[in-house]
Amino acid sequence: MKFERYGVGLVKGLLVTFKHLFRHPITTQYPEQRLVPSRRTRGNELVWNNVKCVVCTTCAKTCPQGAINMETEVDPANPGKRIITRFEVDTGYCISCGLCVESCLYNALHMGYAYERAQYRRQDLIQSNDGLLASETRKASAFMHTDMEKDFPEQTLLIDRNKKKAVIKPSGDANIEPAAAPPPESTPAAPAS
Amino acid sequence: MSLNTEQFILNIGPSHPSTHGVFRMKATMDGEVIVELEPVFGYLHRGIEKLAEQRTYTGIIPLTDRLDYLSAMSNNLAHCIAVEKLAGIQVPERAEYLRVILAELQRIASHLIAAGALLNDCGAFMTPILYMLREREKILDLFEMVSGQRLTYSYIRPGGLAQDVPAEFLPALQKVVTDLPHFFDEYDQLLKENEILLARSKGVGILTREMAINTSASGPVLRASGIKWDIRKADPYSIYDRFQFEVPTGKAGDCYDRYWVRMLEMRQSLRIVEQAIQQMPAAGDIQTKVPALIRPPVGEIYSRTEVPKGELGFYIVSDNSIAPYRYHIRGPSLLNLTALRDMIVGWKIADAILIFGSIDICMGEVDR
Repeated sequence: MKFERYGVGLVKGLLVTFKHLFRHPITTQYPEQRLVPSRRTRGNELVWNNVKCVVCTTCAKTCPQGAINMETEVDPANPGKRIITRFEVDTGYCISCGLCVESCLYNALHMGYAYERAQYRRQDLIQSNDGLLASETRKASAFMHTDMEKDFPEQTLLIDRNKKKAVIKPSGDANIEPAAAPPPESTPAAPAS
Repeated sequence: MSLNTEQFILNIGPSHPSTHGVFRMKATMDGEVIVELEPVFGYLHRGIEKLAEQRTYTGIIPLTDRLDYLSAMSNNLAHCIAVEKLAGIQVPERAEYLRVILAELQRIASHLIAAGALLNDCGAFMTPILYMLREREKILDLFEMVSGQRLTYSYIRPGGLAQDVPAEFLPALQKVVTDLPHFFDEYDQLLKENEILLARSKGVGILTREMAINTSASGPVLRASGIKWDIRKADPYSIYDRFQFEVPTGKAGDCYDRYWVRMLEMRQSLRIVEQAIQQMPAAGDIQTKVPALIRPPVGEIYSRTEVPKGELGFYIVSDNSIAPYRYHIRGPSLLNLTALRDMIVGWKIADAILIFGSIDICMGEVDR
């Protein structure tokens, strides 16, 4: 292929690259700085409300992966009612599709807001009963619960970080919160060698 | 004196950085020139069609996310349109507009990856693709805002959307839409006249008009060969007949045209998004009342939509139960791949990588 003036296009392209030298970096130094995730984050952990739950097992039937296991029995005090003996979620199988939360008619299930779920042992991924309740470290997200959305900080958007003013500030960007939320679980002891 | 030469077989892949996944090209080489090529795929087979036959129509949506994971929103839409046609479900007006907005944003995001990966294969190591990933990130932010996930959205449902978009979605979308053309211009300045890209891709890997039709190619691969065929225009689904946009086509059908058609399509997608924002009703229903377990009447349907990579069709046979009796996926990546041998044979090995990259396949959809 022949060109009339070889190199003009290359120089034009390099001008774009040159401009990038003066752009504000858009990346985040992850473990130290954290972006605020969406209010509807479908984190990899279910938060269960055992007070609202009426043991209809709809969530277990809806789960496309079969990750939810429920064991129920007739309440001895009240034979017309069933009580739950075991509610178990294998988060290793969970694909975070959120269909269980959507199907729950009693608002007893939430997706989790946290997103760091690595474990040292495979069996630690299986969560059951009290381990599924909400707590300080297990916060429920507003996915499918629109009324909860106002409780969450606004999501960090990359589009807001492109402003020219942001170039002046090398650190402490207003859009980045310092590492406020600790990882959802305390770090387990390293496996014995 | 004569040299004794012989042909030899070179395996490219299955695990190779330029094969975009686990794909193997078994190339018969004569020196540096490829004389025969056999594509080998199936390494990522998960049996999605069979899995779908055991699931409810809503439960299939997470599976469609995992077909072409770079355009999950378009796949969700394609599946839901098929189910709606089969079960006769109407979609509210506002939901239709939001679906179109999300699908077109997904097209831009997918084309950005396609163009960036092509340039990566071309030797422009990492610089263009990272510029493009940066803009894609803004679109993914919007998707995360509405659905809670960045890649596997599962957001569209038969009869509408899973939930309404949050209040801050439209202002953020407006910002993205006003911002993007500036970056498209930047890409053009970076690459449109770049002599290295032109020399590498002009006239390389030509797919003629006739061959494109015969191999049933679709999407940008077909349009680059000069055929004006876009299902959004030719067989409008959803509400695409209400928008004004053009179908960009190429002339030569070479690698550069396939790249350039994608760059032009992104601008057209942006036009559709802008029109949809203006026409969209400010409030209204987002979801029709559908039963939790959809039982479509006995029958079958083939529904096709234009996803970023081409024509994605779903063939569903219903026997009035909660799960489909037969669920067949006709994905564009696999069909575009059938033209690969004809495009590559006769070219050198360095061009083969570029030609393969210009088809823009996603192995999740090829193997299913």
